[in-house]
Amino acid sequence: MITISHYLVLAAVLFSISVAGIFINRKNVILLLMCIELMLLAVNFNFIAFSRMLDDTLGQIFVFFILTVAAAEAAIGLAILVVLFRARQSVNVEELNSLKG
Amino acid sequence: MLANYAPILIFLVVATGLGLVLLALGFALGGGQKDAEKLSPYECGFEAFEDTRMRFDVRYYLVAILFIIFDLEIAFLFPWAVSLDTIGLFGLVAMGIFLAVLIVGFIYEWRKGALEWD
Amino acid sequence: MIDLQLAAAEVFMVCAICVVLLVDVWLPDERRLLTFRLALLSLVGAAVCSAYYLPNGSVTAFSESFVTDPASAVMKIFAYLIVGLVFIYSRDFLMRAGLFKGEFFILALFALLGIMVMLSAHSMLTMYLGLELLALSQYALVAFDRDSPIAAESAMKYFVLGAIASGTLLYGISFIYGVTGTIQLGAIAAHFSQPGAITVPALLGLAFIIVGVAFKFGAVPFHMWLPDVYQGSSTPVTLFIGSVPKIAAFALAWRILSESLGDMHGSWQTMLAVLCVLSLVIGNIVAIAQSNIKRMLAYSTISHVGFIFMGFIAGTEDGLQAAMFYTLVYTLMAAAAFGMVILLSRSGFDAENLDDFKGLNARSPWFAFVMLMVMFSMAGVPPFVGFYAKLVVLGSVLDAGLIWLAITGVLLAVIGAFYYLRVVWFMYFVDPVDDSPLDAALDFRVVISANGLGLLALGLFPGVLLDLCARVIG
Repeated sequence: MITISHYLVLAAVLFSISVAGIFINRKNVILLLMCIELMLLAVNFNFIAFSRMLDDTLGQIFVFFILTVAAAEAAIGLAILVVLFRARQSVNVEELNSLKG
Repeated sequence: MLANYAPILIFLVVATGLGLVLLALGFALGGGQKDAEKLSPYECGFEAFEDTRMRFDVRYYLVAILFIIFDLEIAFLFPWAVSLDTIGLFGLVAMGIFLAVLIVGFIYEWRKGALEWD
Repeated sequence: MIDLQLAAAEVFMVCAICVVLLVDVWLPDERRLLTFRLALLSLVGAAVCSAYYLPNGSVTAFSESFVTDPASAVMKIFAYLIVGLVFIYSRDFLMRAGLFKGEFFILALFALLGIMVMLSAHSMLTMYLGLELLALSQYALVAFDRDSPIAAESAMKYFVLGAIASGTLLYGISFIYGVTGTIQLGAIAAHFSQPGAITVPALLGLAFIIVGVAFKFGAVPFHMWLPDVYQGSSTPVTLFIGSVPKIAAFALAWRILSESLGDMHGSWQTMLAVLCVLSLVIGNIVAIAQSNIKRMLAYSTISHVGFIFMGFIAGTEDGLQAAMFYTLVYTLMAAAAFGMVILLSRSGFDAENLDDFKGLNARSPWFAFVMLMVMFSMAGVPPFVGFYAKLVVLGSVLDAGLIWLAITGVLLAVIGAFYYLRVVWFMYFVDPVDDSPLDAALDFRVVISANGLGLLALGLFPGVLLDLCARVIG
């Protein structure tokens, strides 16, 4: 029997993987964008599971909006990435260090 | 009082632990020595023609960005179409406004030349 | 129909932005000033809408996901005013830098729309959508100067950290939804007012929400993005990001923490207190070490965030009023401070370093005096309004019995005064590095003088704004 806690644990694992991915990743900015998407999907998982548990559609509507916003966010992220690449010829995370203090 | 935060602590520990374990697994189970031959790209027995990390033209990104935006708005159209019976004129007008706003965005990218390939 | 009237300002703003956008794409470059004028005009129009449809009490609309009340209307009108200041300060700088494009004004208006939606949010979904509208516009604004490598880098950092913040906030919201079964703020508040409703999953959700809120405010230890973004973006963008979005951050904390999770005050008070003390310490001490004025103002922002948090920590109605007063005053001060940085910049030369303020008195006694008023106000020297802002938040914390927090606040405010007064010292007692006279358009001079004098006037008659805050909130 799969219960609500199974879904919540799965969502928590996905969330942790994405957070770990963002902070451990040192190579490529595109991976950061993928981790951010994963994070939002983990949240969606939570909402869907709660929505099913409560038998309430609000959670699913919320997920629709999160999906759309995530798409807009990915678009902005890619756009910034293109600007970054044009300015520095690299998308390496370790090279993003010219601002300090 | 503080005991209530124990789940958060556990969560953080699991999060860090999981990240480390996954990394460690990769190192431990990856196994084998990596020599130049093994790391070279395999291309049906030929020598590789070009670098694996080929650079895409930046214009593909532009197309991808535009696609993402307009693609997901469709997600709102499906539930709307299915439930049009129940929401009636109000729903029709609301979707009209939504699409009108989208069209403003479309006009913007068209005038800015984002749709031109050259 | 009544629903649309309550959202009149937002509806007007959407239409106005569409008009500005459509006009701008067909406008030749030499007539770009029209975009600027239309943008200012839409601010005036929105202010008229907000004032005209002002309800007496708090009225909800759109199935209780939107609320209009006097407090949100006052803050919206204040936000229009500050965005107007930003536009006027930015115009000449953008023209000289070759960045005078319609997108700056359109993105700023979109960000403003996000702030308006957040101020009126009465559901987690509305709040999230407003927040994202604001955040996405800000990411784009930071990357606005496409040829600057540091702008692109800071935009990327801001984007990644901002997205983590949104994700964390959403994760918290999902738990609150799971516990309460609703996303309407009123219904959530009703759920938690029952005895025994504060369970472990609810606290888990709360903790994630606090992290999200702290990220958006830029409170220590979630402040890493703030100095980089302030320094990396071009000064008009810094001016925008440093001022108006603080109203949005206030709205986020006010609507979610005080209004819907108010009954969990005991649980989030400690967390906010930790963030508050850390922000005060790091903000004030690290600011002393900065030689870049934008970075110094960024750390000063962090310390002001600590003071704004104090109002929430008190958890009383007085505290909320004090936090609102502080936020509004802070946006005015920040607008004037970055306006002065823009004033000192000339073509091909960003006034980024503290050294550029040396000997300002010899170059222009009046503007040195304006900067003096801004710095004194930020440091909290009477009779400027910054003093009263600090006084009311500290008073509310004292009333709540948190004497240690008030003492910490006073001590760090005194330490913080050092780096504000250092700017004043540079202006009056050090020889200028270059003697070229300041030139700025007439409207710029008039507006920044009014902005600086406003800080003095509000300081002499603090009752005006204080009474207003007391009347509309609570």
